Amino acid sequence: MVFETIIGLEIHVELATKSKIFCSCPTTFGSSPNENTCPVCTGMPGTLPVLNEEVVTLAVKAGTALSCEINRINKFDRKNYFYPDLPKAYQISQFDLPICSKGYVDVALGEKSKRINITRIHLEEDAGKLIHLEDEPISLVDYNRTGVPLIEIVTEPDLRSPEEAVAFLKTLKSILQYAEISDCKMEQGSLRCDANISIREIGTEVLNTRVEIKNLNSFKEVLKALEKEEKRQRELYQYKEEYKIQQETRKWDAAKGKTIPMRSKEESHDYRYFPEPDLKPVLIEEDFLKRAIENIPELPEERKRRIIQQHGVKEMQVDILIGQKELADYFEEVLSCGANPIEAANWITVDLLRVLKDIDISEEGVPIKANYLAKLIELVQTGKISRTAGKEIFDEMVRTDKSPEALVEEKGLSQISNTSELEKIAAEVLSQNLQAIEDYKNGKPQAIGYIMGQTMKATKGKANPQIVKEIIEEKLKKVQI
Amino acid sequence: MKVEAMRIQDIQKGYKEKNFSAIEITKDYLDRARKFDGSIKAFISLNEDAALRDAEAIDARMLKGEEVGLLAGIPIAIKDNICTRGMKTTCASKMLEDFVPPYDATVVKKLKEAGAIIIGKTNMDEFAMGSSTENSAFTATKNPWDTTKVPGGSSGGSAAAVAAGFAPLAFGSDTGGSIRQPASFCGLVGLKPTYGLVSRYGLIAFGSSLDQIGPFTRTVEDCALSLQAIQGQDSMDTTSYKGKIEGQYVSELQEDIKGLRIGIPKEFFQAGLNPEIAKAMKDSMEVLEKMGAILEEFSLPIMDSALSAYYIISSAEASSNLARYDGVRYGYRSNSFEGINELIVNSRTEAFGKEVKRRIMMGTYVLSSGYYDAYYKKAMLLRSKIKDSFANAFESYDIILSPTSPILPFNIGEKLEDPLQMYLADIYTVSINIAGVPAISIPCGFSRSKLPIGLQFIGNHFSEKQLLKAAYSLEQQLGIHQVMPVLKEV
Repeated sequence: MVFETIIGLEIHVELATKSKIFCSCPTTFGSSPNENTCPVCTGMPGTLPVLNEEVVTLAVKAGTALSCEINRINKFDRKNYFYPDLPKAYQISQFDLPICSKGYVDVALGEKSKRINITRIHLEEDAGKLIHLEDEPISLVDYNRTGVPLIEIVTEPDLRSPEEAVAFLKTLKSILQYAEISDCKMEQGSLRCDANISIREIGTEVLNTRVEIKNLNSFKEVLKALEKEEKRQRELYQYKEEYKIQQETRKWDAAKGKTIPMRSKEESHDYRYFPEPDLKPVLIEEDFLKRAIENIPELPEERKRRIIQQHGVKEMQVDILIGQKELADYFEEVLSCGANPIEAANWITVDLLRVLKDIDISEEGVPIKANYLAKLIELVQTGKISRTAGKEIFDEMVRTDKSPEALVEEKGLSQISNTSELEKIAAEVLSQNLQAIEDYKNGKPQAIGYIMGQTMKATKGKANPQIVKEIIEEKLKKVQI
Repeated sequence: MKVEAMRIQDIQKGYKEKNFSAIEITKDYLDRARKFDGSIKAFISLNEDAALRDAEAIDARMLKGEEVGLLAGIPIAIKDNICTRGMKTTCASKMLEDFVPPYDATVVKKLKEAGAIIIGKTNMDEFAMGSSTENSAFTATKNPWDTTKVPGGSSGGSAAAVAAGFAPLAFGSDTGGSIRQPASFCGLVGLKPTYGLVSRYGLIAFGSSLDQIGPFTRTVEDCALSLQAIQGQDSMDTTSYKGKIEGQYVSELQEDIKGLRIGIPKEFFQAGLNPEIAKAMKDSMEVLEKMGAILEEFSLPIMDSALSAYYIISSAEASSNLARYDGVRYGYRSNSFEGINELIVNSRTEAFGKEVKRRIMMGTYVLSSGYYDAYYKKAMLLRSKIKDSFANAFESYDIILSPTSPILPFNIGEKLEDPLQMYLADIYTVSINIAGVPAISIPCGFSRSKLPIGLQFIGNHFSEKQLLKAAYSLEQQLGIHQVMPVLKEV
């Protein structure tokens, strides 16, 4: 029997607002514990939520970027459960009337493209963080993240392999970043993913018992966890032990490299959803919708088309550039500093990418200032330095933040392109190498190479080789006559 | 004139004429509260030092001839479920026994800006759940008219404080009748404003879609003035009304009510209504007719189911609203627990009273999967039908008249073991909260046993002006608002 894997994802994305969803506390990451809290987000008695309008704007943008229908009337509900990181003991979320529904993302899989449908996107507030001390029998709680706005994106079970799931996530992340909806930093938790996975016989349409996997903190972990669970379930089917697959939530343990049961269906919460009485339904007016949609920044596909058209960069290189928004932004920043687009694309997709293997630019930024790279490109293009010297300076710039001019100066790499100066030096070299001239006259053209080498040596390698070559050829011709 | 007999307007007149100072008035009320509250138990806490400081400050401002607020120098009492910055706000619960809010409720902020002086926080049924103020974790409040009787609830402390003359003005909250019923039991004017007219920010939630803050006063005029001071849109409460509202009630009270169409819903006058109360209603109706109002009986049919809908909706919301009291961040925490689940369970088991637990369980049940459709969803359907039937009624009538309570103030302890009997005390008040419309209870007579009887006027959304006008006209004709209970010192 041949089986296929069915995967659906639930993705939580923190929206890039300055303040929280229901109060004016900042959403800054990395503040000291409980610094960004107030009576509202810590659920003090008597406090009430007030919806941050920017949250609605961003969710509408997300929905539009993911080709969803925007539900002009949507509402909030309470999801009730006890947990110390949830100060009100309910999460304000959206249950039966989410802000967006029925969207899709086209994901490139090799040569082909596959449409992954999105069931819904709803708004909710994030919970706090528990801190378990290592050697003390207590836990602490930090409410800084409580009330940070989230959207939850739920896909249809359209994905057929762990690889597809990751390809979808990468595309989704890129779209959300381009639309400036979220910074999507998985390691900081601003993009989190839970996966539902089941197996079925190819050719059937049934949806078998699925397992939910939580705690997937990077694309790599998503891939590993899904592959592991896929293998576990396939084996059970293969040996007709599939009844052992229970509807349950399993937690991915990255260190152990396996999923562990978290809670069974019976243990799952009854969230007792009901309409949030403290908030009125959200009515999205025509004007509001129009403004939000008009202000969506350029999405990846549009940007690709524009860069090709406007700058004539090769499609293969543009694919690399737009694959990571920070890289495309950097490319255009370098251009705005006056660099030649073709040269800039070459430097970034070849030299920079080589360096970026070890650097996460979404975390640390590009290690070379855009105006420095633009300057470096100019220095090479105008012949002020050789290409080889350029590479050396490039590598140096990754390590230090000195300007290319300063490095040229420091390392004495500037190239002599001044013809009269080079002519003088060449004449000097020729006068000391009469034997070579003789050889040349006797029909040994390789003598030119020797003389050129001597000239370069005399200039400590700083001479522009092209010009030196021209000068020497000219002079030798004269000697011949 | 003694302070206990003073209305807000009497105090204001005294200030204007320099007959006394705010500090004198405040001291007098505090003295009286200290002297008599032992037998009434209206207060959970008194705010003596701060009240005297505030009075002094107001005196200084009035002396300088500065512009002062609507309630400058008026001592007030506040129900202990309305947050007061730096002052304990307990909800009469062991759970919040030591809770000191770091913020003022919007209403409290407005009252402070208006120059009111908070003299204390009043007793109530725990988390406002009850109709007798016996469900307080601390003590039961007595009815100043007869201390063997309950003052009504849940805002019984606020009602008793005004009835006993500890303050000319007190504030309570009304989720299903918690202002009007105690006002009726204590012979006072009590108003539940239209849902959204007064901010709920800082009112510790019971049933969020039903709760409103409102005043207890001796007269309708005082009620009108107090409403002016606390009403209005609040950016901290998105359920507060954003439209235009009436700003002036006091100046237009005296217009006559000739031609006012008053509907008498027959469902509010059926079996279960105390005959003495029925008689008092009849007398008042005659007075109104003599004044030129047009009275007509009509049917408001779904009212029999309003009580069930109310207990489902309010308990559902309460079960969620009270979930935050888990012993983690503030409030009571059990001494014995192992692990987080026990911490939460033990704290809640030890700190919530019987009635609160009953409502939490009811609310949790009606929201549970498998029961949601049968209870909560049905109750929400009923809610929209009740709204519709009020809307229909207000096409034909300007105002609806009914008794506030079907029964007279009952004995302390009488209904404590029979929650259903207790719930029936709210039968005439709950539908008003479900519909979100305003209603006022005013005293309209006494029983043979000298217990106050209250009459309820119900208005359409944001028709407080008309409601107050009708209440004022009737009050003036009846002239019983000057009668006061006699207190005993213990």
